[in-house]
Formats: sequence, structure tokens, C-alpha cells
Amino acid sequence: MLGNTANGLFWTYRLLERAENMSRLIETGQRIALTRLNSSDEQWLYVMQTSAVSEEYKIQYSKVEKEPAVDWILRHPENKSSILSSITSARQNAKMVRHALTTDVWEAINGSFLEIQKLLKAKTIEGDLPLILRTIKQSAAFVRGATYGTMLRNEEYDFCRLGTFIERADNTARILDVKYYVLLPSAKAVGTSIDNVQWETILRSVSAYGGFRLEYGHEAGPDDIAKFLILDKRMPRSLIYCCDILKLHLLSLCSAYRKKPPSLSQIMELQNRFLTHDIEAIFKFGLHDFLQEMISLFGNLSDQIEIDYRFYE
Amino acid sequence: MNISPAFDEMWADGSAIRRPYQNIKAWLDSEDKASLKAKRRDANDLFRLTGITFNVYGSSEGEERLIPFDIIPRVITSNEWNKICKGLEQRVRAINAFLYDIYHSQEIVKAGILPLEMLKNNPAFLLQMIGVNPPGQIYTHISGVDIIRTEENEFYVLEDNIRTPSGVSYMLENRETMLQMFPELFTKNRVQPIQHYPQELLNSLKNTLPETANSKPTVCLLTPGLYNSAYFEHAFLADQMGIELVQGNDLKVVDGFLAMRTTRGHQKVDVLYKRLDDNFLDPLNFNEKSSLGVPGLFDVYRKGRVTIANAPGTGIADDKAMYSFMPEIVQFYSGEFPLLQNVPTWRCAIKDQLQYVLDNISELVIKQVHGSGGYGMLIGPTATKKDISNFKKKLIATPQNYIAQPTLSLSTVPIFTNKGFAPRHVDLRPFVQMSPKKINIVPGGLTRVAMSKGSLVVNSSQGGGTKDTWVLEN
Repeated sequence: MLGNTANGLFWTYRLLERAENMSRLIETGQRIALTRLNSSDEQWLYVMQTSAVSEEYKIQYSKVEKEPAVDWILRHPENKSSILSSITSARQNAKMVRHALTTDVWEAINGSFLEIQKLLKAKTIEGDLPLILRTIKQSAAFVRGATYGTMLRNEEYDFCRLGTFIERADNTARILDVKYYVLLPSAKAVGTSIDNVQWETILRSVSAYGGFRLEYGHEAGPDDIAKFLILDKRMPRSLIYCCDILKLHLLSLCSAYRKKPPSLSQIMELQNRFLTHDIEAIFKFGLHDFLQEMISLFGNLSDQIEIDYRFYE
Repeated sequence: MNISPAFDEMWADGSAIRRPYQNIKAWLDSEDKASLKAKRRDANDLFRLTGITFNVYGSSEGEERLIPFDIIPRVITSNEWNKICKGLEQRVRAINAFLYDIYHSQEIVKAGILPLEMLKNNPAFLLQMIGVNPPGQIYTHISGVDIIRTEENEFYVLEDNIRTPSGVSYMLENRETMLQMFPELFTKNRVQPIQHYPQELLNSLKNTLPETANSKPTVCLLTPGLYNSAYFEHAFLADQMGIELVQGNDLKVVDGFLAMRTTRGHQKVDVLYKRLDDNFLDPLNFNEKSSLGVPGLFDVYRKGRVTIANAPGTGIADDKAMYSFMPEIVQFYSGEFPLLQNVPTWRCAIKDQLQYVLDNISELVIKQVHGSGGYGMLIGPTATKKDISNFKKKLIATPQNYIAQPTLSLSTVPIFTNKGFAPRHVDLRPFVQMSPKKINIVPGGLTRVAMSKGSLVVNSSQGGGTKDTWVLEN
């Protein structure tokens, strides 16, 4: 398998995951805006910060407002990290490695791209937003399903999954970090229940609102949310889950290649150092510092995978 | 139905339907127009979804277009096909022998059949190839020969595409689409299958290995990249053949061999199916500005350590000026009369012939010697007075750049238009695979069709469409 092909598969899935996560953030923002009378446009800043597109937005606009913010994240031509450009580059990557994908996966990606491109051609009007977000989410599920159902469990599949889970881990860490202060035990006094708008935002951003309530009940506190998204192995977007999957696929590559690459050591070290403690220890370490550390380690891991598998040279 | 003056493959002289088209006629009569229109829309959606699009040079980056696809198949009988095949085999063998000869002892020049000037002043004659021995002595691993039909039994070769013949993915996908849209047609008609083309091509390439290859040779396809107009075809063929699709930056010369960068390190490549112009192949040996190629690749090739398909320098054989010598070339190397005819061709470089062309320009087609894609040509009968007088100036200024041919009436086949069925001009490009072991021709080809009424330009870059091409079983 070509290094370049591994690169293309990795980025196809990273970018698809990114687009999906961004659309979930918009959905959350919109839901809060419509159901909470006291919500402010400031929450769109949170959405943009989490997607790392807020700095460029500020260059274009002086004020954070819903309409331009949503358009910015979705499709603004000046935003090189918009959902539309992420999906477009994901599809370009897929096109480059088409021969390494099954026909089902390629057609799922290409068909989704064509549909979303059509929906995002012009400036978004609010009435179309539900359809647009639903289409993006369904497309993501469609590609995931085709991948799960038709790809051989070989190296190609390993690189696809590595892309998905590096992106997801990074995303969950960012979601938590942008609002880490509302999750500290000391914040218990501020919020009173799960209905706290801040908590709802976080949970909805990872599609876990219902799941959390079901598992942790109405009495749960903010520290439980941190625990859920960092240490709960049942939660497919938690850091611990993402890291388990990353290790699984690095191990699988390792056994196929009969060689232990530095990236495998990195993920194992990351798990040992940061994910073997309970949530209290993490709070003691400092939640913000912990999350910052994780984000930077995910970045290093991604770079190391590129080197280990000769993505570029 | 409107009968055009050209030979119509369905209606012949108009009195009765030709036998091979009887089932098609019955099918068309039984379908209603609205449902055919819906099917045509479905077919287009299918093409878009599969990504069978091409990029148009000069249009905005990333713009992808569909080649118009017509749902009515073009039908060829097995007798007609066998005749075409024999002619193709003879022609391609001769072209391969010709290429070996002109890059070695040049017997054809010594025999006084081909003037030395034809090589000397020709940029398509690759000096670097002189004395080089390609593995298996094969230059023309794949040829796409454009054939036109003018009568029931008259077939001409219009052009030999030897340097990088393209279009085979459309032949295959057109069939796939027809199988999905109209399965019942294939139950009722005995159509020879073509789906094994990629496998046959892989076998053929593996039969043309360099001596340094081991029993598990590595074949890969070299593409210029995503923005090339034929990128879809490159990805499609690599996928179907189960080989890697590589770009120049995936390849490197390592320890004197060509190697590709895999996730495990560098791996030797034995056969490179290149879909890149010769000039871009190797910046050290050809165009030094090329970033698409592989530095030092040609040195590996010269040592006989890699097969390049088609061999560099084959472009000399599909040069339009060389075309006019094809009957002599075929005869010289095969010792037989050509089975497939050439269209009579005037070489404007020759004074008398130029005069004839200038005098009869309104009845002729004038083509650039090095042109392709239907660009830079003049079709006399449909050209305006102004076009003609402009073209005359070019002819007089640089006559060596042009050849002229009579305007042949390409045969017509019905297509399905918004207003119903109508005849349109077509040509046919079968694909010939050659290895030291054998010549192989998959029964079919790419039928290109001029979509607008009366037009003779079938090139996809100029709005031409395609059709599924059936070769019937006997």
C-alpha cells in the first residue's frame, strides 16, 4: 500500500468526522437559541472556538451574530475550514484513493458530497437549516455504515479508523476545554441540575444528552459530565474510548508489519499517563491543563503516524 | 425517422431495417418516450454518483462534466467485427515493428519508403529512444484505433492513438450502465462481454516484463493527478486491475530500480502503465520543468529494468503526417496489403499537394499534424468564408503543420433526443492489447457520437457523446 494512499484514507475520514462534528455543534447552537429565551449570540462564539474557526471569523465580521456565524461555519467561501470545504477536501482525498475504497464507500462519499454541495450552494436561510444539518448527519451515518459493512479489515481500514478517531478525540477534548470551567466541582454551586444550559450544550455537542441522562440520572453533576466524556468506555466519543480504538488499529498495523512503530508507543504512554486515573485525580491535575495536554498529544500522535507510515516521504 | 444521406447503420438505404438492429427497433417501438427520458435521467445520475466525469481544460478548477451518454446501443455483427479485428491486428503489429525499426536500423528509410525528414524534423521522434530495447520489444502495449464506417462494407482507419489512448473506461461503464438500466435487453440479445478488459490488460502487461522482474511482478498506473481530464479513467482502471495508482511523487529511483513509496518503505516497480505525456516522464531526461515525472526513470528504462507502457516515443506513429504513410508502413512490415483502409491524405508539406488542398479547401477537412481532441481543425463544407480565408493563410505560412482529407460521411446511428429518435454520426475506437505472446482485442470499443444534427465532430472535449457498443455473438 502506498504511503500516499494511507495519507488519503486517513484524511478522508478525518475531514468527514470534522464536518459531522461541526454540524452537530451548529445543531446544538440552534437548538439552544430556539429553546432558551435567555440565550445570547455569544454561544456562537463557543461553537466557532470549538471548531477552531473563530479567529478568521473575527477578521471578516465585527460582531458575533447567529446568521453570519452559521453561514461562516457551514459554507462561507472565505472560511477554508467550513463544513463545505471539509467535505469537498474529504471527497478530493477519497477521489485520490478511490481504488482503495469499496464502490459502496466511494459512492456514499461522492453522493453525499454532491447533495451537500447543492444544499450549500447559496447563503443558508434559517428555514433550510434543519434539512441541511439532517443531510450532513445522515451522510456521515451513510458513509460510516458503508465503511463498516463493506471494507475489508485490512491496513486500509486501519488508516480510515485512525483518521476518524484522532479527529474525534481531538474534537471531544476541544468541546470540553472551551467550557471546562463549567465542569469543575466548584461549579456545582452555580448550576443546579442537568438542565443547566452550559451542560446541555456540551452534551448535545457530542450527541449524548439522552444517553447521559439515562445512565447518570437527573441528579448528576458537572463532574459526572467530565467523567462521562473522558473516562466512560461505553461512550463512543469519550477520550478513553477513542484512545482504545486508536491503539487497537495501531496494534493491528503493528502485527501486520511485524514492527513496533513509535506511534504505538505514544498512544500507550498517553493512555498510561492520562487515562488510568479517576476523575478526581484529573481535577486535581487541573482539567484545563489536562485537556490542553491531550490536545497537543493527539497532534503529536497524528504527526507520528504520518512519519511511521511514510505519508509524505 | 429522418434519414440522413450518410450510411445509417439501422436503416441502410432507408427501405428496410438492417438485421442487426431488428431487436433494437422492436425495443424502441415498445418503450414509451416518457419512460425512456426518465431512464436517461437515471443514467446521468448514475454517472455522477459513480464519478464518471471529466475535467475540462481551461474551465474553472475542479469543474466536472458528464460526457453525454445515449441509451441506444450501437450494434456490430460478429462478421463485421472479425473483419475489423484482423485489420487491427495486422496494423498494430506493423506499427510496433515500425517503431522498433525507426529507433534502430531504420530499414524503412533505407528502403526509400519513408523520407528521413519525416523523422528528422519531427518532435514526436524521441531521440532518447534510439537504440533502446523495450522489454519484449513491445512499444504499443495498448492502441486505440479510430475507425469510421462509410458504407455497409467500408471501414477506414481515421486515426491511430498510440501514445496514451484513452476512453476505455467509458466503454466499460457504458456497458455497466446499460446492464443496470435495461437488463432485459441483454436477456434478449447475445452481446459479447467486455468486462474482462482490465484483467486482460493486466495479463498482457505481465507478459511484457523486464528481465529483472521476479515471479510476483508489481504493476502500477502513473497518473498526472486529480486535475487531469482523464483522471477518472486512471482511478477506474487501477481499481479494476487491482494495482496501485501512483503519481510522480510516489515514485523514486532507488538503487538503480524504479520504486514506489509504500507504508512499509520502497518497493520495486516492474511495469509502469503510464498515462502521462513522454515529455513529463523524467525531468532529467526530458522536460526539466516537469514536476509530474520521476527523475532518472528513463535511465532505469534504458537499462531494461522497467517496462513502460506504452513505450516512450510511440507518438511518432500516431502523428497525423505519419498517418499518410500507414499503408506503406503496413505493407513494408507485414508483407501483405492493408486489410483496413486509410483515408486518402494530402500532406501540405508537399508543394503539389498543398496546391490541391488550397484549391479544394471547401470540400476537405484540414487537421493539424500534432493536434488532437478535434482542436485546430477546419471542416471545409461547414466552414464560413472567413474561417476558410484565415485558414488558408495558416496553411501557406506553415504548410508542414497540416494534412488534409476528404470529408467522409461518417455512418449514423439513431440517438434518443428530446424530440425523439434521430440519426447522428459516429466513429468507433476499439482497444488493442499487445504482448510478445499475443494480440488481444476485447469485442467492443468506444462509440463516440456527435450529438448535434449534422455534426461530424465526435470528440468529447467538443460536446461529443458516447454509446454502448455491442458486438453480437454469431
